[in-house]
Amino acid sequence: MSNIPENLRYSKDHEWVLVDGEVATIGITDFAQHSLGDVVYVDLPRAGDSFGSHEAFGSVESVKAVSEIFTPIAGEVTEVNEALNDTPEDVNNDPYGAAWMLKIKMANPNEADGMLSAEEYEEYLSNQ
Amino acid sequence: MSTENLKKTPLNKVHRDLGGKMVDFGGWDMPVQYTAGVIAEHMATRTKAGLFDVSHMGEIWVEGEDAIKLVNRITTNDVTKLVDGQAHYSALTNETGGVVDDLLVYRFDEGKLLLVVNASTTDKDWAWITSRVLDEAITLTNASKDYCQIAVQGPKALEIAQKFTAVNLPEIKYYHFTVDTFDGVDAIISRTGYTGEDGFEIYAAAQFAEQIWNDLLEAGAEYGILPAGLAARNTLRLESAMSLYGHELSDEISPLEAGLGWICKLGKGEFIGREHLVKLKEEGLRKKLVGFEMIDKGIARDEMEVYVGDEKVGYVSSGSPAPFLKKNIGLAFVPVEVAKTGQEITIDVRGKKLAAQIVPTPFYKREK
Repeated sequence: MSNIPENLRYSKDHEWVLVDGEVATIGITDFAQHSLGDVVYVDLPRAGDSFGSHEAFGSVESVKAVSEIFTPIAGEVTEVNEALNDTPEDVNNDPYGAAWMLKIKMANPNEADGMLSAEEYEEYLSNQ
Repeated sequence: MSTENLKKTPLNKVHRDLGGKMVDFGGWDMPVQYTAGVIAEHMATRTKAGLFDVSHMGEIWVEGEDAIKLVNRITTNDVTKLVDGQAHYSALTNETGGVVDDLLVYRFDEGKLLLVVNASTTDKDWAWITSRVLDEAITLTNASKDYCQIAVQGPKALEIAQKFTAVNLPEIKYYHFTVDTFDGVDAIISRTGYTGEDGFEIYAAAQFAEQIWNDLLEAGAEYGILPAGLAARNTLRLESAMSLYGHELSDEISPLEAGLGWICKLGKGEFIGREHLVKLKEEGLRKKLVGFEMIDKGIARDEMEVYVGDEKVGYVSSGSPAPFLKKNIGLAFVPVEVAKTGQEITIDVRGKKLAAQIVPTPFYKREK
């Protein structure tokens, strides 16, 4: 069973979003990290880069595979998690905590309302 | 996902019970990794022991007074040099010098050889070999379904395997084997492997697969053995720069280009593809397999393009992170002019050209 925290919003591409005011913190879900296997490299954009909804902003690579990651939310990157350069395994160990990837200043602060709730994401996963 | 149409080894249920993540590997339902994950499985094999189900490999018996004659005529290595109880690595070549498959040839006696071939090419190899027999007095048997093959590999492999046989295992030299009792059943005990570590590959009747697997896993627990899946098998062989059919070898790639000149005994007499290999050697190779290490951050993957400056010069045949070496490495085919240690190349990683450098292979060599 995947860990799906109640307080987050989810995308069908298996990203999570935590909204705090106009800033959204973005990472990948427990399901996503488990599917990938041991993560060895995370390629992230720079602070100041802007992305539209559902645009690829980087990639997560495991030993076996590479997976693009998408911004569920449009906006400007205010901060990236540089620590993942040195400890990409955080993505496996703590996908909702230490392995947050981006903070984005949302272009539309209500955009996350359209994302899946924890319950909806769980149902989505069970139909996969 | 339906696995109804996939072939299964006798250990399929065991893999599932162990939490194996099952994938379609060339038509076989195989574990790509278990719960520990590919890095842990790779490291266990390098530092302790790893247990691999390789029952999907094909076994073809060649028996009869012309067994050596036939196999010597269809493979590149010199079968006449083998003694009873010895095996060697070789290639089945086609008329144009490409590789039908790479394989191990085991000599039991002068009238009995065993060919161990790749899983996904077993049917192709069988069709190839049976169609190439001329007047040789031999019997061919595709015994792939009858056997399980379990590999125990790593610095502790010998100690673990020794618990199950009266054979004094240190006396079996590398690339030698013996037929004896293992875990109470008839087995071929072969000191071979595909990981770059010392270890054994045990062949036994398929019905004993679960018993041997479970007993090795249990006896190996105190040494830190882990079951290891196909992903670790791949990273282990890549660190050791061993070829993988379909990547470094194919019907269109010459074994000379793939760095396997050492198994091509061009002076041994006629064999299929020899003429082409001799010609290629005389004219000189145009391209060649090299190892590289990434300089820039990023991981080269299979089939990515290799550049020198703006010119595309080749492609990556296998690329991956190397868990033991903690580098990103790969093998690539490049023109011979470029194939020099220290040569800088760039690799097109999803639109970004990342710097890499040609390095000697193998990337990893165990201390003896």
